[in-house]
Amino acid sequence: MKTKAGGISKTTMNDLITYGMVILAYIVVQLLVKTGHVSSLIQGLLVPFCTYVIVAIALNLTVGILGELSLGHAGFMCVGAFSSAVFSLAFKDAIPGGLRFFLALLIGAAAAALVGFLVGIPVLRLRGDYLAIVTLAFGEIIKNIINALYLGVDSKGIHFTMKDALSLNMEEDGLMLIKGAQGVTGTPNDSSFTVGIILILITLFIVLNFIHSRTGRAVMSIRDNRIAAESVGINVTKYKLIAFTLSASLAGVAGVLYAHNLSTLNALPKNFGYNMSILILVFVVLGGIGNIRGSIIAAVLLTLLPEVLRGLSDYRMLIYAIVLIIMMIFNWSPNAIFFRKRLKQRLTPGSRKKEA
Amino acid sequence: MALLETKNLGISFGGLRAVNAFDISVEKGELYGLIGPNGAGKTTIFNLLTGVYQPDEGAILLDGVNLTGKKTIDICKAGIARTFQNIRLFGDMPVLDNVKAGLHNHYPYSTFEGILRLPRYHKVEKEMNGKAMELLKVFGLEEYADYKAENLPYGQQRKLEIARAMATEPKLLLLDEPAAGMNPNETKELMDTIRFVRDHFDMTILLIEHDMKLVAGICEKLTVLNFGQVLAQGETQEVLNNPEVITAYLGA
Amino acid sequence: MSFAAHLINGISLGSVYALIALGYTMVYGIAKMLNFAHGDVIMIGGYVTFVAVSNMGINPLAAIIISMAVCTVLGVTIERVAYRPLRGASPLAVLITAIGVSYLLQNVALLVFGSDTKAFTNVVTLPNLELFDGQLVIKSVTIVTVIVNIIIMAGLSLFVKKTKIGRAMTAVSEDKGAAQLMGINVNGTIAVTFAIGSSLAAIAGVLLCSAYPALTPYTGSMPGIKAFVAAVFGGIGSIPGAFIGGILLGVIENLSKAYISSQLSDAIVFSILIIVLLVKPTGLLGKKIQEKV
Repeated sequence: MKTKAGGISKTTMNDLITYGMVILAYIVVQLLVKTGHVSSLIQGLLVPFCTYVIVAIALNLTVGILGELSLGHAGFMCVGAFSSAVFSLAFKDAIPGGLRFFLALLIGAAAAALVGFLVGIPVLRLRGDYLAIVTLAFGEIIKNIINALYLGVDSKGIHFTMKDALSLNMEEDGLMLIKGAQGVTGTPNDSSFTVGIILILITLFIVLNFIHSRTGRAVMSIRDNRIAAESVGINVTKYKLIAFTLSASLAGVAGVLYAHNLSTLNALPKNFGYNMSILILVFVVLGGIGNIRGSIIAAVLLTLLPEVLRGLSDYRMLIYAIVLIIMMIFNWSPNAIFFRKRLKQRLTPGSRKKEA
Repeated sequence: MALLETKNLGISFGGLRAVNAFDISVEKGELYGLIGPNGAGKTTIFNLLTGVYQPDEGAILLDGVNLTGKKTIDICKAGIARTFQNIRLFGDMPVLDNVKAGLHNHYPYSTFEGILRLPRYHKVEKEMNGKAMELLKVFGLEEYADYKAENLPYGQQRKLEIARAMATEPKLLLLDEPAAGMNPNETKELMDTIRFVRDHFDMTILLIEHDMKLVAGICEKLTVLNFGQVLAQGETQEVLNNPEVITAYLGA
Repeated sequence: MSFAAHLINGISLGSVYALIALGYTMVYGIAKMLNFAHGDVIMIGGYVTFVAVSNMGINPLAAIIISMAVCTVLGVTIERVAYRPLRGASPLAVLITAIGVSYLLQNVALLVFGSDTKAFTNVVTLPNLELFDGQLVIKSVTIVTVIVNIIIMAGLSLFVKKTKIGRAMTAVSEDKGAAQLMGINVNGTIAVTFAIGSSLAAIAGVLLCSAYPALTPYTGSMPGIKAFVAAVFGGIGSIPGAFIGGILLGVIENLSKAYISSQLSDAIVFSILIIVLLVKPTGLLGKKIQEKV
């Protein structure tokens, strides 16, 4: 932490490498696109890449820093996506593009944060396993509600119903915003690879600075030992809620980016269901729990690989599952940890550990 | 007036009366020992004093302020800090950050200021680093500042836990079996550390210990607990020569 | 009369949830881990029975026994290979591994059996019970499922209370370390727990597919999650709690489908979970656990 290397501490150096990696990747991709080396298929994946990277960073904040498992991050993405898409659609002609997207981002982040906060209050008091199952349940609730929701606006104001489009009783001039299971159509296409990269950098800035702040330290102390954290006067509920809400709001940002890349937005099991939440978890685990840079690399590699190796696509999820299990056992099994410690002690003389 | 005073403290778990009618009075600056056989209720008393458990009856006063029924974090803010029998460090965090977590409530800035790295962040973090390093130096841990806490040698982990507790700027320090698992040399070093903490910080210390040599060597007063009840209380030598205490330790 | 019919459909669904929840609650109660893959063991149980009955023409009862044997071996293998190395690791690590196992089973099934829906033959060939001149029909598979539930519940309770292994299970659930010191083979006991839980999963798989005859690699996943909700609802670790929770959940799901909205029924079920955990985190019949300091 205090190791100075040319006036810059080790952690700052690490953070700079992460930022640099993202910027470098951006430059390389832009060059490849300009020189025509990127297929249109991969070009179409650039914005989804950024979405996955952001939501993986967001989830790593919950899993790696807060030490709780959320299986509902696709749900927070969903909230961010739909709230911002509805806003952008409603104000498509009223507000110019750049400003509109900026406001959409704030709305998506705020809506997801609000939902995260409300879910967090009851849930963060529970033990880890319950938290996982409740966040999973919550993600399914969100998806269900959005699939049943009809929302429209006309000269008389806002209409909504859970029944069908006709029950909205809209005027002639009305604009349908959410059409039940058909979702939102006609969201302005405000996302781009450049916007995605900027959002990744902002997310990184927020998360890395958060981790190295007083608040981040409080959150990690709760993760490492809740009882000791309380004993030094750290308010456990408050800091858990702060971290979880921040994580949810960043997942919301990923949702905004996702929504503004599509002309039609639906809440399907594959984009906002718990399968998606689990895929994000796979990114986080393979990148290293608590390792923000790892999440970025894992999200990109695991999205890119199946596209490059088409022949493997049948085995893709199977391979993920096996790698996930092996990674967990290798990194977390007490025997493996003990073995690594012994090895380390052999290599660093002078540090002797006594058994209690 | 005594710094710590409890009156008629009691708690039951199910049918078991773990602590009964516990009275203690610790004067400011005292090094006070709480001893007794396994299962006598010593750690339970620490948990009552720090709000981990709420007493069924009785009162806890610190400096005349009633702390009965308060939550752990409020008790910490009121000035009681503790260590744990089974060391509870923030294992995955650097040693320095363990102490900084202890400084949490004394060096505030908001989450927002932390994320945007506003001037107050830089100012407070600098002060915090200074204060934390100072504490690490006191405990001879400054060379380990960058180590992950869980990678410290055992004896140093005990010291770090005391350093972290001291970072909360307590009026009263509770040490739960600080010498557990230590060899005679480490125990001796620890005795010096505890004495040093008392003198250097003018601290009041209440400690639970099994190691009689340590207790006899540094504690000025003792309370002996057996089956949740006070068996004897008073000056160390007097208590250790009490025949009832000798029976409790050797006879039972 | 339609209310009674919805209620009975609810009990029918709920009895399947209850059966799955029994397996969940046993493993959770004793090994203190959420075996996310339990629902997928059920799916495997369904496929084994399907292949045995439809492709190989084996007698359904024999097929069920084969399926139970396969699932038992599967469950014990999963425990040995994936979970045992993580004993003592953080619950988070164990849970993520369990999710990995769940995905592994789904994708193996996808490769072996394909993604197409298999029409499962109902193995319960008894006649349905018709009441009020056929206005109210209770399917025989429902009656069988409820009876099987009660038998298993009684059997499990007796097993845990009366046998040596059962008492060892109770001891392990209270305190693994102390149980070890008392000479109990903790790993062996947990393996037995997985064996029992997985053989129950096979039965649940057969009855689930008999009542709802569409079998895919994802058949077990949603019922598995809902059964966990049921187990939490009833009080995790409690055998009667799992039964009551399962039945209640099935009834609530079916009634909300009938009277509120079919699209929102899952949302309602999951909202109930959140409310239960908020009001009574230990569930209806669960007991409170104090953390040691």
